[in-house]
Amino acid sequence: MKQNRGIRWGSIAVAGILALGLGACSSSSDATDPANTPDSNSSETPNTPSDDITELSGNLAGSGASSQEKAMEGWIAGFADIAPDVVATYDPQGSGAGREQFLSGAVQFAGSDAALKEEEITAASQRCFGGEALELPLYISPIAVIYNLPDLAAENINMSAATLAKVFSGEITEWNDPEIAQQNEGVELPATSIIPVHRSDESGTTENFTEYLAAAAEGEWAHEPSGTWPIESGQSGSKTQGMIDTVSGAEGAIGYADASRAGDLGTIAIKVGEEYVPYSAEAAAAVVDASPRAENATSNRLVVELDRATTASGAYPLVLISYSIACSSYDSQSDVDNVKAFLTYMASSEGQARAADPSVAGSAPISDALHAEVQAAIDGISLAG
Amino acid sequence: MLTDNPPKVSKRPAGRDRVELFASGNKGRWGSRIFSGLSHGAGIFILIVLAAVAAFLVKEAWPAITAPTEELQQISWFKADSLMGYIAPLVFGTLLSSILALVIAVPLSIGIALFISHYAPRRLAQSLGYIIDLLAAIPSVVYGLWGALWLLPILDPVFKWLTNNLGFIPLFADYQAPAKNVLAASTVLAVMILPIITAVSREVFLQTPRLHEEAALALGATRWELIRMAVLPFGRSGVISAAMLGLGRALGETMAVLMVISPGFLFSFFLLKPGQHQTIAANIAAQFPEASGLSVSVLIATGLALFVFTFLVNMAARAIIARRKDFSGAN
Repeated sequence: MKQNRGIRWGSIAVAGILALGLGACSSSSDATDPANTPDSNSSETPNTPSDDITELSGNLAGSGASSQEKAMEGWIAGFADIAPDVVATYDPQGSGAGREQFLSGAVQFAGSDAALKEEEITAASQRCFGGEALELPLYISPIAVIYNLPDLAAENINMSAATLAKVFSGEITEWNDPEIAQQNEGVELPATSIIPVHRSDESGTTENFTEYLAAAAEGEWAHEPSGTWPIESGQSGSKTQGMIDTVSGAEGAIGYADASRAGDLGTIAIKVGEEYVPYSAEAAAAVVDASPRAENATSNRLVVELDRATTASGAYPLVLISYSIACSSYDSQSDVDNVKAFLTYMASSEGQARAADPSVAGSAPISDALHAEVQAAIDGISLAG
Repeated sequence: MLTDNPPKVSKRPAGRDRVELFASGNKGRWGSRIFSGLSHGAGIFILIVLAAVAAFLVKEAWPAITAPTEELQQISWFKADSLMGYIAPLVFGTLLSSILALVIAVPLSIGIALFISHYAPRRLAQSLGYIIDLLAAIPSVVYGLWGALWLLPILDPVFKWLTNNLGFIPLFADYQAPAKNVLAASTVLAVMILPIITAVSREVFLQTPRLHEEAALALGATRWELIRMAVLPFGRSGVISAAMLGLGRALGETMAVLMVISPGFLFSFFLLKPGQHQTIAANIAAQFPEASGLSVSVLIATGLALFVFTFLVNMAARAIIARRKDFSGAN
């Protein structure tokens, strides 16, 4: 009897361990739910282009980059005000998954941090019923280099890309290092040690930041651009919030994050040409205008080859561009109308301002020149055949 | 599989039960059959679920297991030379954080359990017991938040002191603020597994035969000697079971680790250095949202490793308990 007690507790323990172990492993992988296929357009949709946006109806499904998620939520909410009968959705599954679903026809538009690859462009012309894919840089998000020095938070400490590279690779370890001091005359830098913080998960922010360091740091950054931080060990945080928490958690910490989330932390002014440019929405939009288009860009695929090493005055080259991908032709009039109306809204000054609201996404509104080009491409969307 | 001795009907005390059974005739027999069927069904069901989970993990992990290394290295966060090279540091990190958590939690739990069972006045003991049980009901993400936002700033000066004064021991060298290291994660884990270990230990200690205790007291034992001679030997296997239950929870814990630790993929014993360790569950949670294709398979392969690993721990626990029970003080 008394022995049995031990056994009984043993079995309870075993059952418990099993249950806990199972619980830990039970995440399912089939998250792909090709929601709202385009075939669900109702019969009452007129076959002629509808002039009145409020009369549009049907489903409009998108999928893709999680970087755009917040902005897209704002756009979908704003679009619902002007076209209440269109059910627009956006599934932030990641850029790759979004492009894949778009090309397979499961969604009408996609969001992607990266432009379409060569073979995807070919696939897109088939998906678009002989048309072409539209790639519109509608989401420009500045990345701020943030630091935690409470006394100098308002100061916008100056750093060149080369200095940033040395800071993040651990070569410069103190805030009052001569190299930082000479770029910040008149600023009393503390003797605090620098704690570089990176993102622990795979992230477009990391990719753009390392791309900037690789391009602009004059060889001081020895790593390839990558969505995963290339250096082993060191402090890190998961997602943007983890990054902000980690930088906030220790004095002397420095990290990088979506600029709208910088909060009370200081932001670095980065060296462009001969001047130091603190992050601002205008400066972020300026670098997109100052950058050349990609070699294979067309009037529909407005792919920007970001010039990270730009010397254009007042440009802030540390930005993330996320494209909205759609078709230049669809096989149903309701898709044509809905996509057209939605993209037009996203590109409009109203839509851009909505996304730029710090409580939505804090992105940088596109410039008027870019808007004109984008609008021309959107206007070209037509019925296939 | 889960029970050593399935109770056999024939062993039941005969007599009245059987008489009633006959009295109710067919109805009673049907009830017995249905119940037997139900319990058989439940037993088989859990086996099927287990097999299904294992089959799912193997199937989903298979592409990663069979993929050539060059293909795996296309994944941006895959920096190891092989799949095993990727999983091994994760297993190490999982084990290290869980064992550290046990090292912190087990002595504390035994203390609390003994206090409740043998020291505290009955009323206090009861309400304390309730509070401990309540701790077990807090979701782990809340523990994560608590750890990341409240505990880390408090651990910071402690760790600073450790590294300044005991830094010559590699274990405590190179602390860097904020306290996002494996020791902090283990501290949070320890708090999480405290209630389960305490609750089980408390129950076991309360089962100590009164006669043993009275015999010890009659021999002139003090309270401490009573505990050492009668309670602890009796409860040993129960405490080990409790610790294994806690270990099970710590091994699979995700959110608390994810939110506290600065991950890294090293075999490192620097407990205070950031970016050295990562656990399997937290790694899956961190990388899964952006994963697709082969990278999902790699993550599921790590999940398979955790699954197998939990089995091994479980079997080890059973082996320990089976060996110990014969020498329990209860004999």
